[in-house]
Amino acid sequence: MADRNFAPSRILIYLAVSLIAVAWLAPLVVVVLNSLRSNEEIAHASMIGWPQQWAWSNYAAAWSGFCVAETCAGIQPYMLNSALVTIPATIFSTMLGAIAGYAVSLWRFRGDNWIYGIVTLGLFLPQQMRLLPWTIVLRDIGLINTLTGLVLIHTIQGLSFTTLFCRNYYVAIPHELIRAARIDGAGFFRIFWRIILPLSGPILIVTVIWQFTHIWNEFLYGVTFTTGQQQPVTAALIALSAAVADIPQHGVQSAAVIIAALPTLLIYLLGGKYFVRGLTAGAVK
Amino acid sequence: MTNAVLTRPGRPAATELVRRLPEYLMIWVPLLLSAAHLVSFSLWTLWISFTPSTLVPVSGWVGLRNYTAVAASRNWQIAFDNLLLFGSAFVLLSAATGLILAILLDQRIRGENVLRSIFLYPLAVSFVVTGTVWSWLLNPGLGIQKLVHDLGWTSFKFDWLIDRDMAIWTIVIAAIWQSSGFAMALFLAGLRSVDADIIKAAQIDGAGPARMYRRIILPSLWPITITVVVIQLQFAISTFDLVRALTNGGPGIATQLPALVVYDLMFQRSLLGRGAAAAVLMLLILLAVLLPYAAWRYVQRRRAAHG
Repeated sequence: MADRNFAPSRILIYLAVSLIAVAWLAPLVVVVLNSLRSNEEIAHASMIGWPQQWAWSNYAAAWSGFCVAETCAGIQPYMLNSALVTIPATIFSTMLGAIAGYAVSLWRFRGDNWIYGIVTLGLFLPQQMRLLPWTIVLRDIGLINTLTGLVLIHTIQGLSFTTLFCRNYYVAIPHELIRAARIDGAGFFRIFWRIILPLSGPILIVTVIWQFTHIWNEFLYGVTFTTGQQQPVTAALIALSAAVADIPQHGVQSAAVIIAALPTLLIYLLGGKYFVRGLTAGAVK
Repeated sequence: MTNAVLTRPGRPAATELVRRLPEYLMIWVPLLLSAAHLVSFSLWTLWISFTPSTLVPVSGWVGLRNYTAVAASRNWQIAFDNLLLFGSAFVLLSAATGLILAILLDQRIRGENVLRSIFLYPLAVSFVVTGTVWSWLLNPGLGIQKLVHDLGWTSFKFDWLIDRDMAIWTIVIAAIWQSSGFAMALFLAGLRSVDADIIKAAQIDGAGPARMYRRIILPSLWPITITVVVIQLQFAISTFDLVRALTNGGPGIATQLPALVVYDLMFQRSLLGRGAAAAVLMLLILLAVLLPYAAWRYVQRRRAAHG
């Protein structure tokens, strides 16, 4: 078996995967390199190239310098907006989804199958079917163009995913455990805190990573329900490319793209295993 | 199903209800909000699609007029044709890429974890970022074409981004780059769950690797293939951000897709009735994919349950 690694077919396999891997990494490498080249250098050559001089100032300009419309505060306020939407919405939807998933799978109550079935339809219903109603509802309750409005939307919509994830995890917990605790007089919340939550580590990580990535990367609601200074970073990136369309600043724009992608990329690097588990758990519904 | 109420004897029902009010609230309020918004918002949009609403929703009934207006518009027709082309090309190619990657990774190669991470990382990035980056790479004056020209091959041409007929393929490329990793992850899980005994038996019978894949391994993957195809189709039907960032529907309206038409009608032309009709049409396209899939899953499950 020692010569297996040197067989021609093995070499071909390694060659093929390496080539594809290079192609998959190329866009990231190109943007990282561009974020370190000056706007002029890119304008004279192409987007693809090695930095002649390392233009670290692109990051300062992208973070707090460039202008979209009349405001010149860089990407920083929009990053803050995204964080202020994503973090609370992730926490709320995960918490509520864990309790709902626990109730549906282990506590059981009248109508649980029905309501769970309807909630999971949210995985499929296109956002476009909810755009107008959300616009009207947000306007009526005074939350249009606010970050609170986006938190509300993402919390309610996220429940479809978080309830499904947690429910599918909790159904594997033996019912006898719950029954014994109830005979001992433990109520709904005590069983949740004492028994369910300590067992929930892995599924909560999967859910948090899934929700964070999705809400951070979401664009349609951000661009529909907020304008100007209230927009999340995905919408701001589009506004930025439109604003600089006449005199492109590709170096600074690349730095802005990297900054905007960094939170979810870091989460992927740190929790890749859980990220993939969420991806496939959503698929096997 | 109804074992929830374990009322202890002697305790009056009213105080029991008050005592358990917090748990009822915690169970019902989020689930009801979620379910109620899904049902009522869908019906609401459906209703608006039958009204003469323009700038604001108004009551009234125009029958199917919004639907016929949308279906007759050039914008929607191009969007629908694009969806057919983009949907089928993207789904086939990303499933094929994912399957090839999965088979390659399944050859007990070194560095499998690193490679898998490389093929999956685009999924962690937003479509806005993907679209923006590919709009640079595919821009003939900036990206790959410019690079090749600078290297000396000046007749090289790769300008799909500004070519009306080919622009839709730039979206196919970016979408494949973004989500083939997903197909790979599912296929890899499928490959790993093929019964080892069957493979061993086939080896003893003298089956080579090519024959093994063709006869035993690939046929066992087809349920996963259907899942991959349905999920990717679902993504293709609702594609919005990627196009917005990559081509913004252009050149002209050459890369228009249904989700962009909906947004355009609702928020740029303020034709709410028609926008709602286009959204309902999107839902119908989605149902045309999902309902057969649900039926198939149902049959599969019943067959599994009955042995």
